[in-house]
Amino acid sequence: MSDPMVSCQGLTKTYGKGETAVPALRGVDFQAQAGEVVMLVGPSGCGKTTLLSVLAGVLDGDGGVVRVLGYDLCALSGAEKTRLRRHGIGFVFQSFNLVPTLSVMENVAVPLLIGGERRGRALERARAALEPVGLADKAKALPGQLSGGQQQRVAIARAIVHAPPLIVCDEPTSALDHRTGEQVVALLRDLARQRNCCLLVVTHDSRIFPFADRVAEMDDGRVVAIRQNTGT
Amino acid sequence: MLVMALRMLVGDRAKYLGIVVALAFTSFVMIQQPATFLGILRHTYGFITDIGIGDVWVMDPKAKHLDDVKPMMDSELQRVRGIQGVDWAMPIYKGGIRARLDSGDFVQCQMIGIDETTLIGGPGRMVLGQLADLRQADGIIVDTASAAGRLAVSQGAGKRPMTLGDSIELNDHRAQVVGTAISSSNFQSMPTIYTTYARVKTFLSSERKLLSFVLVGVKDGADPRVVADSISRSTGLAAYATEGFIDRSLKHFLGNTGMILNFAMSAGLGFLIGAFIAGQTFYNFTNDNLRHFGVMKAMGAGSGMLVRMILTQALYLGLAGFGLGAGAGAAMGFNLARVDPHLVFRMPWQLIAVGGAAALSVVIVAALLAIRKVVRLEPAQVFKA
Repeated sequence: MSDPMVSCQGLTKTYGKGETAVPALRGVDFQAQAGEVVMLVGPSGCGKTTLLSVLAGVLDGDGGVVRVLGYDLCALSGAEKTRLRRHGIGFVFQSFNLVPTLSVMENVAVPLLIGGERRGRALERARAALEPVGLADKAKALPGQLSGGQQQRVAIARAIVHAPPLIVCDEPTSALDHRTGEQVVALLRDLARQRNCCLLVVTHDSRIFPFADRVAEMDDGRVVAIRQNTGT
Repeated sequence: MLVMALRMLVGDRAKYLGIVVALAFTSFVMIQQPATFLGILRHTYGFITDIGIGDVWVMDPKAKHLDDVKPMMDSELQRVRGIQGVDWAMPIYKGGIRARLDSGDFVQCQMIGIDETTLIGGPGRMVLGQLADLRQADGIIVDTASAAGRLAVSQGAGKRPMTLGDSIELNDHRAQVVGTAISSSNFQSMPTIYTTYARVKTFLSSERKLLSFVLVGVKDGADPRVVADSISRSTGLAAYATEGFIDRSLKHFLGNTGMILNFAMSAGLGFLIGAFIAGQTFYNFTNDNLRHFGVMKAMGAGSGMLVRMILTQALYLGLAGFGLGAGAGAAMGFNLARVDPHLVFRMPWQLIAVGGAAALSVVIVAALLAIRKVVRLEPAQVFKA
């Protein structure tokens, strides 16, 4: 088996200090491989979004070992983590987080522009990234002119446009109806598999669990069970 | 990303227009009020600059500025001519006189009397006739703006501009118009009438002293300030190099009228109101986009990139608002000045620079306040719903 794309051992994270300290992660052991779809599930406050934030390099853990895309996150400086996120990670958010005044194509081009791509080339690639999510004809529309499902597909195009090896998704279906949610997750899974991406999804929507290769159940800041899905 | 920053800005039409209009208002007030003020100030020394010749102005020591004339004896002219360093010295009369128009109306005018031989001190830009025509009997030259305004001649039910051959009465003496000329408006906006110094004595025969100023040209290589000092010491009269006399007249008006305070208050209030609206709106705009900046940060945009985006937006807003405001201010000022020559409007580059700096400072300060929040923004916050 190849090296895991994401792994952590004994990961801890506490918010606040002293009497107001709230432990969010209490020694998490976890790993995910390239091409794998892993869902982090559990009750509210169990630490799944905190775990995703640490694995995505947007939040520092307090203790333990975290390796992402071959890098020891604890050893990276802030600027190095920024560079890692820029080129190595795609993001899909619960509330889409598309810039309402930019066109669909421009929104998708944002990660490329952040990575230093020239505007013309970035827009070309953005238009191409809209093909697999079925929104090439909406390239010039504004996000407000699209349905929720379409907006999330734009967000998916934005997450894959720079071909990152890791995609992190935070509650990608919570703002969508069940049917649209399923379509969005199916699309995410297919795109991740085609590109051999590791897809980490935080969700509490049990109806999309079947789309995962593995489901990691969290409770009270720990991964308490990992369930392997078959036949997805 | 800088183009994206501008697209984000322009896309929020309401806020974008609100900021640009507020900045345009600020720039407009910052340009228009001082430009009008500078134009009015020019009235206080326009007579000096219109003459365009002469290095030293000599006057009674009690005279405080250009319009504060204390007549001297004609013999002072000869005394000044005898001072070392003086190349030539010419008499100038400057004073008020009532003109009676053909309609029977009286108009208070400013009369300028100049040397008949050299015509030094005459208007620089003739419109009708020639300056030499002033030597004709009863000849006067009137300023163009007044010829078409307060000195206009009745014709049927309306009026027509005063022109060559028309006559008026000055102190019961007939005076005939032999020319019209462009001259700077005086502080009281009175019509200006030019004639010869000798003819002033005819119009004002009851006056014993008529010499208002002696205009002096210094010899080649002589320093006007040194010659002025020499004249003062030798004659006991006040003598100033031309620039010094302009400064003295300006300082008198600035120090003895509330003009500067009134204009400063108008400009200051306009700036504060515009700055508050523009600054607040831009700050709100950045705050509204804080989530998007956070998303970009999560995606790998460094703080430097986000700072450049916000500063680009601020710079664009500053330039757009300033361009509109300064353009509107200049257009209004110069058009009004064209319609009414008494409304002088001066817009030197320094004023444009100050107006531009004021507009930019508003958005830069608002941008810096917003930048603080963006720099401190934790990218992990984007995972909070």
